[in-house]
Amino acid sequence: MADTLATAGHAGSGHGPADKSKRDFLVMLPLAGAVVGAGAIAWPLIDSMNPSSDVLALASTEVDLTPISEGSGITVMWRGKPIFVRYRTAKEIKEAEDVKLSELIEPQADSARVKPGHAQWIVLIGICTHLGCIPLGNKPTDPRGEWGGWFCPCHGSQYDTSGRVRHGPAPLNLYLPPYAFLNDKRIKIG
Amino acid sequence: MRLRVLAALAFLMAPLGGANAQEAAPLLHSHWSFDGIFGTYDKASAQRGFQIYSQICSACHSMNYMAYRNLAGIGLSPAQIKAVAAAVTVPGGLDDQGKETERPGRPSDTFKAPFPNDKAAEAAMGGALPPDQSLLVAARDGGPNYIYSLMQGYVDPPAGVQVPVGHYYNKYFPGHMIAMPPPLTDNAVTYADGTKATLAQEAHDVATFLTYTSYPQLDEQHSLGVRVLLFLIFMTIVTYIAKRRVWADVH
Amino acid sequence: MAAGLFKSEVKNPVLRWVDTRLPLITMMQKEYGSFPTPRNFNYFWNFGALATVTLMIMIMTGVFLAMNYTPNANMAFSSVQHIMRDVNYGWLIRYVHMNGASMFFIVVYIHIFRGLYYGSYKFPRELLWMLGVVILLLMMATAFMGYVLPWGQMSFWGATVITNLFSAIPVVGQSIVQWLWGGFSVGNPTLNRFFSLHYLLPFLIVGVVFLHVVALHITGSNNPLGIDVKGPQDTLPFHPYYTVKDSVGLCVFLLIWAAFVFFMPNLLGDTINSIPANPLQTPADVVPEWYFLPFYAILRSVPNKVLGVALMFASIGVLFVLPWLDTSPVRSCRFRPIYRILVPLLVVDLFALGYVGAHHPQGFVVLLGRVATAWYFLHFLVFTPLVGWFETPLPLPESIAKPIVRKPHSGGGPIPGGAVAKPMENA
Repeated sequence: MADTLATAGHAGSGHGPADKSKRDFLVMLPLAGAVVGAGAIAWPLIDSMNPSSDVLALASTEVDLTPISEGSGITVMWRGKPIFVRYRTAKEIKEAEDVKLSELIEPQADSARVKPGHAQWIVLIGICTHLGCIPLGNKPTDPRGEWGGWFCPCHGSQYDTSGRVRHGPAPLNLYLPPYAFLNDKRIKIG
Repeated sequence: MRLRVLAALAFLMAPLGGANAQEAAPLLHSHWSFDGIFGTYDKASAQRGFQIYSQICSACHSMNYMAYRNLAGIGLSPAQIKAVAAAVTVPGGLDDQGKETERPGRPSDTFKAPFPNDKAAEAAMGGALPPDQSLLVAARDGGPNYIYSLMQGYVDPPAGVQVPVGHYYNKYFPGHMIAMPPPLTDNAVTYADGTKATLAQEAHDVATFLTYTSYPQLDEQHSLGVRVLLFLIFMTIVTYIAKRRVWADVH
Repeated sequence: MAAGLFKSEVKNPVLRWVDTRLPLITMMQKEYGSFPTPRNFNYFWNFGALATVTLMIMIMTGVFLAMNYTPNANMAFSSVQHIMRDVNYGWLIRYVHMNGASMFFIVVYIHIFRGLYYGSYKFPRELLWMLGVVILLLMMATAFMGYVLPWGQMSFWGATVITNLFSAIPVVGQSIVQWLWGGFSVGNPTLNRFFSLHYLLPFLIVGVVFLHVVALHITGSNNPLGIDVKGPQDTLPFHPYYTVKDSVGLCVFLLIWAAFVFFMPNLLGDTINSIPANPLQTPADVVPEWYFLPFYAILRSVPNKVLGVALMFASIGVLFVLPWLDTSPVRSCRFRPIYRILVPLLVVDLFALGYVGAHHPQGFVVLLGRVATAWYFLHFLVFTPLVGWFETPLPLPESIAKPIVRKPHSGGGPIPGGAVAKPMENA
């Protein structure tokens, strides 16, 4: 409290001993210390609002790819978001790789959206980049849209088998979560 | 608990003294690495204690507030933690048909309890509920020394004392009649690190581990505390100097 | 300058713009900057500022704890464990808050002792003192409800015992207790409302503290001599003299608090509260927190339930009328040869009551409890008025600036007999 008061005194018309001592190193030192101390007190309070360790422990998810058959996909939850994992057919991979970048709304090569040597696996955050709906297309019965990828029922955005937007209103390709292959049949998302 | 209050007001209470009615023997004291301002957990000992917990205690006692990931605090590597967690099977939620599934444990899971609930535990244990061990050290007067003593307190009852069926005589247990059979003996476990497993060593190790499960933040608490105290001592000195300086023209 | 604006002397144009419309800076400067404060405060006068800082720290840590706490009987205990184990620095915030309750009471008890010893409750500060007693009552209610929130064994049984006090009220007692509980025993509704009130009351305390400070700034501070300020030579501007002096005390206080938080956080707590609440099993000893022990002892010293409860509440109530029980014309115990022994004796008496409160009421403890309870009330109701009449105060100094009456004829004439006779007259 003394510090805030000191500031108030400083802001007001300081006079007499206050004026003299303000310039005094011996008085400045505890004031500087108090500022450091206040910061040190604030940090634990601020940090307590960050994700706690039990939340962080769930921040990564491991997915076993074995049960996914060619041409189909699954949806897993990661940090409260749906993640699409699809096993693409050779034909789908070829289509995704052969498309001209100039035709794309957000040009990006298919090779930049899969892990090297694992082109058959596409892993996407299943949230439409338009307004946050979850596109259809992961279940065999779902409509996949004109480009065989995903179709957003909210406003009709369509994505290809690489998760790139091919038809608006969505402005961007589906985001890729951070993930890595632990082995050929197991990935770790996050 | 009353001892705590006493300790807190020791400066006042000392001359008056307290006639304590408890007849339990004075606790054995071990040397604890985590005692004192600079104290930290002896990780090797805590790991041995965890071995005892997994091989012996966990047969009856739950540890609901500990997650496998918390074992990092006693020095287990992520791979070791994963292996420990994967060794148990936990409920995996509902499948597409609405049936309960099971999956191997993950580091984020809490320790698997030996019984589905307290009632089941009580029934299996002849009516005596084995207390959850996450906070056992925090919840007992004497803390680690109590656990250390209790483990070594199984003795023959004094002449004339009848021990009820299903109970054992323990000189450190309040009331002496404890439902828990003696859990530890010499060589009750074979330590992975080759330490000789005497009863006293086992008691010490398991008490260390249980202290960790009660106070997992203790290492951080002590190291941060030392820095905070140093800072505040510094602040006290410079503020006092500043005070002398400001008041110099008054006195 | 336009009409309707405050005439500010602040130089900085931005601050000036604000100050002419809302003269907070001028007010702070007046009340805490240049505020004339008796020049002879000792370190006992730190404790008001320390209590203010403690209140702010308690509210801050409390708000952040509430972000992670769940006021539900099934989840409260584990949510506290979640705070201790998972939330970043959750253990630190909780330990600060938990020990902060004890620190708050230590500081406020010393603050009250200061008031008792130096007669700060006497004319013209009676209302200031009474507001302080209101703060104490609010603090007690807040601390009690806060202790229930972790929902351990002592939380639960403490709540049960204390709420049952109200069953002592004739006729409507049982209905009141059920109303407090929101059920037929302490349970989830009780926990929920205690959480709500535990969050609310501290802000009420802030409000009463504000009034307490406003009242203080009307009458001005008392001082160790207990005599009135006679002029500018008796005072110093609050800043920097008392800001820096309060800061010294604050550093020492925070040092002690931190020592508890980091190295003995559970010393003042109760091991039994690490066991989740179990409505079917009462712990062997139900003991309140240390700061309630003297009052708990008074409660138990009377074999009659209604009388015991009444006496416990009266022990605080008597403080309200203390300004009118004290008949002495002199404030400070420094000039009261008999009362200066009685006030420390009251502290000894309270420690004795604390001892009694912590122990089973049997044998010697019962006797001690009754004697100490009797002494407590005798002190206020009999000794304080009587001593005020019969005691001959020592000669008072002429003024704060000339604190020592060395020679009878020094200064402006003989020892001012008037100062002895009418010490509370305003200068």
